[in-house]
Amino acid sequence: MLDTIPSHEQQVMRRRGGWRIVARKELGDYLTSARFGILIAMLGVVAAGAVYAASSGIRSVAPQAQEVPALFLKLFTITSTPMPFPFVVFVAFFAPLLGIMFGFDAIGSERSQGTLARVLSHPIHRDEVIIGKFVAGLSVIALMLGSLVLLVSGIGIFRVGVVPSFDEVIRLALWTATAVAYSGTWLAFALLMGILVKKTATAALATSSVWLLLTVFGQFLFGGMSRFFANPSDPGSALKAEVMISRFSPLTLFQDASTVLLDPTQRAVGLVTTSSVDRAILSKLSIGQSMSVVWAEVVALIAMIGIAFALSFIYFMRQEVRA
Amino acid sequence: MSFTIITEQLTKQYGDRTAVDHLDLRVGDGRIFGLLGPNGAGKTTTILMLLGLSEPTSGSMSVLGLDPRRDPLGVKRMVGYLPDAVGFYTNLTGRQNLRYTAALNRLDKPESENTIDEVLSEVGLGKDGDRNVEEYSRGMRQRLGIADALLKAPRLLILDEPTAAIDPEGVHEILGLVRSLADDRGVTVLLSSHLLNQVQAICDEVAVFVNGKVVVQGPPHELVGGESGSEIVEVGVGSTVDLSSILAPEAWISATSKTRIPGIWEVTVERGSTARLARTLVDEHLDVTTIKRLAADLDIAYRHYFEKVDADA
Repeated sequence: MLDTIPSHEQQVMRRRGGWRIVARKELGDYLTSARFGILIAMLGVVAAGAVYAASSGIRSVAPQAQEVPALFLKLFTITSTPMPFPFVVFVAFFAPLLGIMFGFDAIGSERSQGTLARVLSHPIHRDEVIIGKFVAGLSVIALMLGSLVLLVSGIGIFRVGVVPSFDEVIRLALWTATAVAYSGTWLAFALLMGILVKKTATAALATSSVWLLLTVFGQFLFGGMSRFFANPSDPGSALKAEVMISRFSPLTLFQDASTVLLDPTQRAVGLVTTSSVDRAILSKLSIGQSMSVVWAEVVALIAMIGIAFALSFIYFMRQEVRA
Repeated sequence: MSFTIITEQLTKQYGDRTAVDHLDLRVGDGRIFGLLGPNGAGKTTTILMLLGLSEPTSGSMSVLGLDPRRDPLGVKRMVGYLPDAVGFYTNLTGRQNLRYTAALNRLDKPESENTIDEVLSEVGLGKDGDRNVEEYSRGMRQRLGIADALLKAPRLLILDEPTAAIDPEGVHEILGLVRSLADDRGVTVLLSSHLLNQVQAICDEVAVFVNGKVVVQGPPHELVGGESGSEIVEVGVGSTVDLSSILAPEAWISATSKTRIPGIWEVTVERGSTARLARTLVDEHLDVTTIKRLAADLDIAYRHYFEKVDADA
């Protein structure tokens, strides 16, 4: 028996990485859950619709549009009737919902099921539970968004007959990663709300309300707030302030990043003044150049995840285990 | 004798409320120790502190030689815990739930499957392992909870209200299981309950816990004996009768007092005088509905402390 007892070093090694065990289990649960099936079916249908409309749009312009740079990426950014919006807008709208769906009851369901105290009585750190849940949620989201992008690409190639260049594939991959990070901000926020608010239904409502507020009323909200910061003698300052404030919304960050990543001709985000484009040479940006334009946006998204996650951490560590 | 659990002046406060009040507890190796007390006495709080899941306000403790505050993982590696109202993932089978537990305990794969089989049959769920937990009865869940705690081959088993909300047959099974675990595996058991007579039967030692303090502690048979020369008899005579005016104080009747239940009285008599009391009641032409000697001092202590708690509340 004695020789089977792991050495102290092994024990220390094994002690870490408990989050992987949690993540693996959660991932298994998610992938077999009804929630996942419903989501993927729904997303698939809508995404297929979006790309169908986009490809029709491309077909109508394609013959006289030999010079359009990155034609393939247009699949994701343009639309035509009957679809009201392109794929990018669809993702901007839907990714937060994915995050919320996989986050709001992550801790609450354990609490209400009575599994939290039991799981925590096994040799695992408390923080590993939330890390595992977050990683699992983010993996499912990445899987969903990834397969959606592949689905859209596939339909696009088939319908339009445009094959993506290597450059476009990289841009698409970077954009997908950004979309996952964008969804991740909402996942982390929903996780935080689920810890702060004990009732899962209330947590879901609270998180969705914030999302609705930012998405639907964001423009009015930022516009109104910008008046406080604007300099009345400078008419442009209100607009500048509004742009700055709107960057606290993950939606703005994601939209700006999408515009630049999926369109090589876009060279700036936010306010573009006449002086900044005056006598600019119209040319395509390389991937590296596009990335450097949206670097701040992507980092801001990741920082938001970090903040929400740190808060979840602090509150969860302090909470009583008892239901 | 060495001790599996030692607490010294262990205290937990929630704001102004003291849930556990300077608790000194010693649980000897290999014993079944019963923590008895009404709901809200601080039993669960004590247990969570012993597991390192809740931070004590002051005091010290040692579980299997470790300090749960400094090395909670070390404690949790050796202690099996059945929480009050234990829960499982209802979308999974009993066996799948245990597999997750095995992974959390870093049990290696091929052996852990055997261990799962062993603990399942040990708790009597050998045939039900592959059914969804959703279909389990409460008693079965409780037994699965014990299996879950046994998976890590614990040296200490902490069971929080293992018999709550279970039918009498199930209670009997669970208690029998706990007793045999202590005997066969030599594991120390700390169990909490608010039901004295259930727990009394299997415990080597009990502590009555009220308002965060231990009021009586010792082996049940010692507490049962008692040193006073009196016994207390519970008498039911219908709610219209004033028993205290009928039973005039005599040498062998020291007190007659009302209980909280209308028509039920408690009469303190000289040791061995219960039969005499019964004859007296019949001679008085009272319609006696119950007459019962309260079994033990422990029983009486328990009841009195509980009633005091209720009166204070």
